[in-house]
Amino acid sequence: MDYAYTLWILTLPVAMFLTIGLSGDRLKSNAAGILGTAGLAVIAALSWFTAFSYFGSGLPESGFQPVIAAQTTWLAFTETLVIHLGILLDPLSVMMLVVITTVSLMVHIYSLGYMHGERGYNRYYAFLSLFTFSMLGLVVATNIFQMYIFWELVGVSSYLLIGFYYEKPSAVAAAKKAFIVTRFADLGFLIGILLLSFNTGTFDFAALNDMSGSAIAQPVTTVFMGLSVSTWAMLLIFMGGAGKSAMFPLHIWLPDAMEGPTPVSALIHAATMVVAGVYLVARLFPVYHFAAPDSLEVIAWVGSFTSLFAAVIACTQLDIKRVLAFSTLSQIGYMMVALGVSGYGDEGVGYMASLFHLFTHAFFKALLFLGAGSVIHAVHSNLMTDMGGLRKYMPLTHLTFLIACLTIAGVPPLSGFFSKDEILVAAFEHNKVIFAVQWFVAGLTAFYMFRLYFNIFWNSDPHYHHTPHESPPTMTGPLLFLAAASVLAGFVPFHDFVTTDGKPLETEFHTLVAVPSVLIGLAGIALAWWMYARKNSRPESVAQTLHGLYSAAFRKFYIDELYLFITHQLIFRFISRPVAWFDRHIVDGTMNLIGNTTVSVSVAIKKMQSGELQWYIWYFTSGVLVLTLILLYLN
Amino acid sequence: MNPLLYLLIIPGLTVAGITLVKDMKQVRLVAAVGMSLQLLWSFVLLYWFYQLRAAGHTEEMLFVSSTTWYEAFNIQYKFGVDGVSMAMILLTSIVTFAGIFASWQVAVLTREFFISLIILAGGVFGFFISLDLFTMFLFYEVAVIPMYLLIGIWGSGPKEYSAMKLTLMLMGGSALLMVGLLGIYFNSAPDGGPLTFDLTEIARIHIPRDAQLFFFPFTFVGFGILGALFPFHTWSPDGHASAPTAVSMLHAGVLMKLGGYGCFRVAMYLMPEAAHELAWIFLILTTISVVYGAFGAIWQKDLKYINAYSSVSHCGLVLFALLMMNETATTGAILQMISHGLMTALFFALIGMIYGRTHTRMIHEMGGLMKVIPFLSVVYVIAGLASLGLPGLSGFVAEMTIFVGSFQHTDTFHRVATLVAASSIVITAVYILRVVGVLLLGPVKNEHFHELKDALWFEKLSGVTLVVSIAAIGLAPLWLSNLIREPLGQMLHHLIN
Repeated sequence: MDYAYTLWILTLPVAMFLTIGLSGDRLKSNAAGILGTAGLAVIAALSWFTAFSYFGSGLPESGFQPVIAAQTTWLAFTETLVIHLGILLDPLSVMMLVVITTVSLMVHIYSLGYMHGERGYNRYYAFLSLFTFSMLGLVVATNIFQMYIFWELVGVSSYLLIGFYYEKPSAVAAAKKAFIVTRFADLGFLIGILLLSFNTGTFDFAALNDMSGSAIAQPVTTVFMGLSVSTWAMLLIFMGGAGKSAMFPLHIWLPDAMEGPTPVSALIHAATMVVAGVYLVARLFPVYHFAAPDSLEVIAWVGSFTSLFAAVIACTQLDIKRVLAFSTLSQIGYMMVALGVSGYGDEGVGYMASLFHLFTHAFFKALLFLGAGSVIHAVHSNLMTDMGGLRKYMPLTHLTFLIACLTIAGVPPLSGFFSKDEILVAAFEHNKVIFAVQWFVAGLTAFYMFRLYFNIFWNSDPHYHHTPHESPPTMTGPLLFLAAASVLAGFVPFHDFVTTDGKPLETEFHTLVAVPSVLIGLAGIALAWWMYARKNSRPESVAQTLHGLYSAAFRKFYIDELYLFITHQLIFRFISRPVAWFDRHIVDGTMNLIGNTTVSVSVAIKKMQSGELQWYIWYFTSGVLVLTLILLYLN
Repeated sequence: MNPLLYLLIIPGLTVAGITLVKDMKQVRLVAAVGMSLQLLWSFVLLYWFYQLRAAGHTEEMLFVSSTTWYEAFNIQYKFGVDGVSMAMILLTSIVTFAGIFASWQVAVLTREFFISLIILAGGVFGFFISLDLFTMFLFYEVAVIPMYLLIGIWGSGPKEYSAMKLTLMLMGGSALLMVGLLGIYFNSAPDGGPLTFDLTEIARIHIPRDAQLFFFPFTFVGFGILGALFPFHTWSPDGHASAPTAVSMLHAGVLMKLGGYGCFRVAMYLMPEAAHELAWIFLILTTISVVYGAFGAIWQKDLKYINAYSSVSHCGLVLFALLMMNETATTGAILQMISHGLMTALFFALIGMIYGRTHTRMIHEMGGLMKVIPFLSVVYVIAGLASLGLPGLSGFVAEMTIFVGSFQHTDTFHRVATLVAASSIVITAVYILRVVGVLLLGPVKNEHFHELKDALWFEKLSGVTLVVSIAAIGLAPLWLSNLIREPLGQMLHHLIN
């Protein structure tokens, strides 16, 4: 099969970015939107075509094999450490192509309505194209350095889009925070890459993931601070992934990132970029599994803690986008857990489940965000206290939002049920504590999602200034499409396609896991209904009973304050300011001192060159006298 | 005639032309034409260079010619280039070209300004093509002296103080350098025979170890002062802050590169044993430079100071990488010189243009410029992204090459130094995004800013030239990396064994 046409998947978004970006205001804003959307439709079609031809070509005996569709040398560091830019097609990357382009297309269409009449409409579409390019380049990377390159590019696209409303100080601050936190994580990623590549002599995924080679066996022997070098390398690489995927304690940027336009939150901060960390671990899974199993354990616990931590916070937030942001953290936590508990080959249920959840989550979380966008568009507020009773005014948004909530709550037979169930099965077989946590979080998830749902669409009507109305078809169309995808995605025979070794995986249905997880989900929904379906005093009394926990969760457990303290008080005041002072007063002071001393010495001795003869004779005779005395003394 | 000589003749003729024409408009026209020709000629030379290499000319240096200047001391006008100097020539001509257009509106003593500027550039070209230590030193001085006049006359703020400080510190460096160069000269014939200043000749002989250990620090620090080596960098913030736009551009963009180039080509290449033995001292100093400059930049409030400290950090990385003494890191060092040269020139050009409009360089007095002068602001963001090492722009290529190269050392000392230096990528992001946030984004702070005009054609030309160069290197770095790497194998072989 010749996949050379996949190059268009990468070149088209660049072309769109340059066309829309460079033409500036010369391009009519509608034209920019339509051009961007049409371009993305072509890219999505190409991706779907690629998926059909890749998976449709029939399963070979040895499982699906990676294909390098195109490759060129970008930069050579040494003989062996060479950065290639290329396109790698394997089940993982092909699946990601489909997810990214589909969600991106929906977001492009949706934005035609949502962003209509905004200042900087062209800029918006240019940045979206840049993001799409970066994200696609990331998933088709043939080597870890290419991935790092595009990783940084998605980071900057995210920065630009979060700060889209650049006249708003909070948006500027959020963008900066997102970039710097992920940059800090990327430093770990970079050092991890350096360690890994130095010890294996290659950047290529094919060589790294090749277990038969000795590439990854050798560094295991070197030990540093109790952990093998390969564990260090893989943990540092995970740090990069944790930054991008907003795992605790690097999660602080994601809730703030909601300052960006809502469709951007749907695309970047829910469906695609934030799962890049999961993708990264999945991409290097053989290395993790065979060379650094300890780090997988860390990943599982980090994921598990984040999912619980974020779910608790989500129960208390009032800004609907922030609730969704914490929900995203929690769901990505699930994906990390699944990877962490996974084995290889026949035991690779976790790996499959993680990516399956990534796949379904992309659709239902994008749907939730776009639905929230539709609501915000109608009531001009992000706060759920300004909402209520909207089911009457916005029937389509209501219907699709309900579907999404049921999906994320894990109600069968919607897609979220299948993927979450697989994760719970994998966790159950690996570690009962993690399983228990994830089971509990499933209940919390159902609770906070329906808290959101009831507060927006039921509860009491807060007397709107303008009667809210349903969004235009450009917005409801994508909602309906994504709702359909959320319902149906669970029936994709995912375990036949995306597995650790490319071979189909046998999965069983565990009644022991499925039934309790559905039950706790329903319990969460019921509790939310009891508290929020109608206006009553129950939420306040619950909040008062759980006073300490509630206010801590409401303030996001003070992690932001902690960071602020570290950066502003410690780094800025205790490092940066003294450095600046030291430079001006000590280093530069010394230089000035040398200069000033020279000048004052010169002032002091210049009187000797007075031109007055009697003084010169005086100096001369005293000199002779002194010399004579010295000579006499020496003799 | 040696085609390299045109790099000196063109500036010479341009200066002559400027003295002949009548008014300001003609002066800058002549300057622009001259420096455009210079840029064109650099590209011709590059093409020619490739052709010769392709045709199988594998000599160390190409376009070599030699004329006796002063026979008694065996001083020669000896010229020649390899891939590294070719790259530096390209950098110099691009920055000079952009600098001419950035100073399009200098109205005071225009003629004298352009003459000094072009003499300065000519000195730099002469330095990069020289293969004789004495003439190299001569051109070095030619480049440094006009700086005093340019800052002292056309500068701003405490310009006399800054000009004096900068010149004296660099002259101090020259004094050390003179000692070092004479030391090399008097040890250039350990087995008897005529002494020589010829760089390629000296590289072939072995300077006695004691002499190396004595003269290496003089030479390295002498050049290092120009390359903003901690703690001899303090001429840079004051000097840059007072210098007029084009002078800052040329100074940070090109002149500071003379330091790094000299450290490598003269100090380390000619005294390899001393370089090996003393590298650790300078490695500590440069590692400090990298982080110290970055932290220093966070606290600054004046745009030029921010950029000056950022230059200390970035130029520190150049010397840091050179001291790693392997092919990859050294390639990275040269790439970093070029990358930093282009982006810092761009920064200073933009700062000059913004200052020309808002009449302040204090970031807190500005805000929301993106809305009122979008072109300049977007270019500023691009420069910032290049500076913080965004892939697709030149900074990333240079930094990654440096880090991968430095990481080839397995001992703890080099590893720790590399990790500390690498952490600067985060600090850089902090100060760059802080400036972008305060200066360009947010609401427009000053009512009067709404009346500001965006970039004029010559400003756009200047900015776009640099942006295109930065992006060209960032998108397709392989050709440049190969050009630089090609002579390094041989040079480092000499250095390592």
